Formats: sequence, C-alpha cells, structure tokens
Amino acid sequence: MTTAVLFDNVSRHFGAIRAVDRVNLDIAEGEFFAMLGPSGSGKTTCLRLMAGFEQPTGGHIEIFGETAEGVPPYRRSVNTVFQDYALFPHLSILDNVAYGLMVKGAGREERLKAAEDALAMVKLPGYGARRPGQLSGGQRQRVALARALVNKPKVLLLDEPLGALDLKLREQMQEELKSLQKSLGITFVFVTHDQGEALSMADRIAVFNEGRIQQLGRPEEVYNQPKTRFVADFVGSSNVLSTKLCQRLGVKASFASLRPEAIALAPPSNGALSLAGTIAGQSFLGATNRVVVDVDGARIAVASPAANAVPAIGSPVTISFAARDLHPMEDA
Amino acid sequence: MTIVAESIILPERRGSAGRLSDFFWRHPHVLLAALLGPPLLWLGIVYLGSLFALLLQSFFSIDDFSGLINYEFTLATYRQLLSETNLDIIIRTVTMATVVTLVSALIAFPIAYYAARYARGKWKVLFYLGVMLPLWSSYLVKIYAWKLILAKEGIFTWFFEKLNLLWLLDAWLVLPVVGGNSLSVSYTGTFIVFVYVWMPFMILPIQAALERVPLNLIEASSDLGGTPAQTFRYVLFPLALPGIVAGSIFTFSLTLGDYIIPQIIGSSRLFIGQAVYAQQGTAGNIPLAAAFTVVPIVIMGLYLWMAKRMGAFDAL
Repeated sequence: MTTAVLFDNVSRHFGAIRAVDRVNLDIAEGEFFAMLGPSGSGKTTCLRLMAGFEQPTGGHIEIFGETAEGVPPYRRSVNTVFQDYALFPHLSILDNVAYGLMVKGAGREERLKAAEDALAMVKLPGYGARRPGQLSGGQRQRVALARALVNKPKVLLLDEPLGALDLKLREQMQEELKSLQKSLGITFVFVTHDQGEALSMADRIAVFNEGRIQQLGRPEEVYNQPKTRFVADFVGSSNVLSTKLCQRLGVKASFASLRPEAIALAPPSNGALSLAGTIAGQSFLGATNRVVVDVDGARIAVASPAANAVPAIGSPVTISFAARDLHPMEDA
Repeated sequence: MTIVAESIILPERRGSAGRLSDFFWRHPHVLLAALLGPPLLWLGIVYLGSLFALLLQSFFSIDDFSGLINYEFTLATYRQLLSETNLDIIIRTVTMATVVTLVSALIAFPIAYYAARYARGKWKVLFYLGVMLPLWSSYLVKIYAWKLILAKEGIFTWFFEKLNLLWLLDAWLVLPVVGGNSLSVSYTGTFIVFVYVWMPFMILPIQAALERVPLNLIEASSDLGGTPAQTFRYVLFPLALPGIVAGSIFTFSLTLGDYIIPQIIGSSRLFIGQAVYAQQGTAGNIPLAAAFTVVPIVIMGLYLWMAKRMGAFDAL
C-alpha cells in the first residue's frame, strides 16, 4: 500500500508554543483519515503543514514519497476545503471552481466544462453564474468541495468543513462526503473536533491533544479501547475508574475506562462485575436515558435504554458490566 | 433580584430628556430626520447649491470691451475653453494627474500591503504616524522645502554628485518636456512634489481595502496552484481595486485642482488650477474660470463610470 502522507517526528513551534510536537503519521493512499481533537490541539496545524501553509520547525514530511518541506502550496498536488470555504467573492461560482485549472493554464472551454461537471458532482448544476454571496452555507460548502476536487488532487484536506452547517445538513454531507471519497478513491484528510463525525466517517482516527497524537487507530479501537484518560474523555465521554475502584474490582491497572452503554442498571448475571451506589441524576437523551450513579463519591455515567424505568434520585442501585468492557489505560 | 422584581414595567424617566428618549424610541423616523436634516441641508444648499451656482456661470459670457458679465445663456465660454491655449492647459494637467496617480498607486501598494498584512501593535502605530505626520505640517512649508531640495544647489543634486550619477540627472534634465534648468523648475519636480504631497490619500484607502481581504483567500489561491504573481493578479488586485480607485480619485482630482504646487515648483506653463485662479482673479473672467472647473468634474465622472464598467466596485 502506498503511503500518501508521512510525518516523521514533525514539530511546528511558534516561539514557546508547541503547536505540533514530534508527530508521527502514516496515511495510506485512498484512506479516509480523521484528525480529531479540541481547538488548539494541533490538528489544524498538521493539516496546514500538509497543505504547505506552514513549514515544520523539525522533522520530515513526505507526500507520496516526495519531500514536502520547502515546497510552496502551489506546487503540491494537494487541495484544501477551508473551514469558512474561502470562496473568491469577486468571481462567479463557475470561475471559482475553474480557478485551479485557470492558473494551471487550461483553456477557457476545457476548464469551464470541467467546472460544470464538478458542480454537477456536488449536486449544484446550473449554479455557475451566481456569486458566492448569493448561496447558502451548505451550497458554499459544496462549491468549495467542487473547487478542490476539480483539480483531481492526490490528497484532499478538509478543515472542519461541516462545522458551520446545521445538524441535518451535516449528517447529509457526512454521507455524501463518504460516498464521494469511496467513488473517487482520493485520500481524504479530515480535521474535526466532533467525535461523532470522526467515528462515523473515518477509516482511521488520530486523536490530538496539546500538539501530540494521543492515540491512532480504527474508530472501534479508539472508541472501545482508549489508551489515555484524555481519549476516553474526548471520544464519547467514557467513565474513568480510579485506582481505588480498579483495586476493588480486581483490575491490575491504575486506571480503567468503561463505556456508559456497557453498563446495566441491574444486578450481575453470570460472572459480570458489579458496584453498588445511589442514583444521582438523570437526563433524557431520546434513545437512551443518561443516568449518573454515585459509587462512593465517584460519579459513573450509565446509558440506559429509554424503555427501561429509572429508579428515583437517591434510591440505591446496583450496576453491572462484563469484565471485558473494562479497559486498562496507560495513564490518567 | 429585588431591584428587578419590584415592577415589571419601570416608571417613565423624569425630565424632558427622558420623554424625548421615549418619543424617539416610538418614532425612529423622526430621530433619523432630526439627525440627517441639518447635514443634508448643509450638503444640499451650501455645498452643492453654491457649486451649481458656480457652474451656471460657465453658461454666461464676458463682454470683451466692458469686462462685464453678460447674463444670457451661451456656449461661447466653452468655445473659448476649447481654444488651443486652454486645451493645452487641460491636456497638460490631465497627463500630470494620470502619471501622478499611477506612480502613487505603484508606490503606495507595497506600503499599504505591509501595513495591512504584517504590521502589528507599535509598528501599526508607527505606520499611521509615518503616513499622517506629513499631513500635519503646513502644505506651503512642505512645498517650499521641496523647492530647496530640488534646486540646482540642493540636496538632490548633491546626492547625485556624491553617487557620481550627476550625468544621469543632467541627461534627464536636457530631455524635452520633462527637463529644465533644474528639477525645481521642471515638470519632473512638479511631479515629484505632487506624488509626495498626495501619497497618504493613496496609501490609506488601499490599506483599508487590503485589510478587508481575508488571508485565507490568498491561501486558497495558492492552494489551488496560483503562483504569487497569479494570486496578486486574480485575487489580491481585484479585491484591492475599490481601494485603489478610491485613492486614485483623491490623487487625480487633487492634482487636477491644485494651483500652488505648479506655481512654486515647475515651469511657467499653466495647470487648470492656475488657469482658474488667473481667470477669476486677475482677468476677472468668472465664466471661463467656471468652465475650467467643469473640466475636472466631467473627467472624474467619466473616470468613475469607466471604473464601474470595468468592475472595480463588484467586490464592494
């Protein structure tokens, strides 16, 4: 399998701030790769390093086997969908989409034809004559996508492209992006702070915090077996069990993670582990109830199916879970 | 909590100011009229009214024998305006204004670009000071200072001499039209001083326009394969164009109307401003002076119309 993007110990420091700190990455060709993390975690800087807007202060970057340091953005076969789309306000939609082909010297007819096709691909045929200001957020997002894809990039970088869209549109675009990526076979590198988005779309996820990759793996791995407390917290709000609770349960680790949906509000059956506590709070989330159980001062979240009744606040309860759902972690 | 909870609707404010606030809140149009009325009256009557009164004069003529104004509608004054001497003045002035504007834009753009993109904190303050400072000192003092700088014995000549480039200056001065005995009595000198004096009026609008260009548009162009030159041509320049046009309106119209700079620095041949000054003062020919002032207005109108047709304001 060809490596599309390789980061070898890459750092990008801004004075004393280590935006990206010794990051190692290996993105395969045709992969849908997500970089997930809170703002300021270094994920966007990594994307900008791939695009060429930033230069690393240390380490080595390769794109399809070629050294990328010192190569300006306009000489990289990499295109970006910007967070706020960055459409040229003075150009029509068609000229926006044809821009990349124009600066590379394509003839007028050829590039306008290609731009029309790209607009049709993102389901905006016939919008070419309009200006960016006349389009809705979702439509602008599609234009930005068409403007990048018309260049047939080797790698497409997407910087929180769905961040400004409302929920319904976001879900629709997630599906479309995913199927577009499958049909085009282009490597997608996707930056997001939305863990649900990363989990549902990506082949692999890199979870960033404070300039470093905390965990890199397939969505199921990252979700079910968080390596650090940060990952457990950030990707789907896992419960982190303290050393004391771990000892009580007989787990040989200082910390362990436990998913809320792996816990049942019921006494243990055949070999399951259990803890006794009291109900401390409850909120209705639609498909599930989020129930908070107080176990000797530790608060443990339980996702209980909405059909099941929840005992009143303050009443004693026993929670149970399978031993295999308890994942030891490296650190706090 | 207690302060808010006492009553849901607060009592009316006492005094006429309170009643006035309530009244204006209920009648926003009255407030708008009160705010806009006086300045609109000023603009309409005092400003534009007097201008039209002046322009009206251009359709009268002067009696050559008595020197009195003949208050009858005629185009005779405009025929006079298009005589060879007067046309010469117009062409000279328009050419000067065009060259001054082009060179000002060329010099101002990099400065404005630096100020908009890179200057932060104290450097930005220094930039504004540097651009505005010359505007605070007297216009006349600056021009007389330039006369000394550009004189044959001045620092300009001295500088060329030290660089062993005096031959270059001399070669320039023997050229027809732009040359002369020294820079201070040549069109080149007039040009240099015009560019100097109007520079802030070009820098500031360009800087304001560039400041509104989001950085990610530059990045997007580069990302799509645009070289820096292409990014400038297709993205930066079109988006800065409204600023450049605004700046050029200043430099162009100020040059068209100025009568002091060409009088102090340059050859003795007249510019429009000087012609107006001479016609309304010494010659007492108000109609011709008025006709001369119509020229810059018409030229600026044409210029703006062309700029609009070229799409200079599309990005606004």
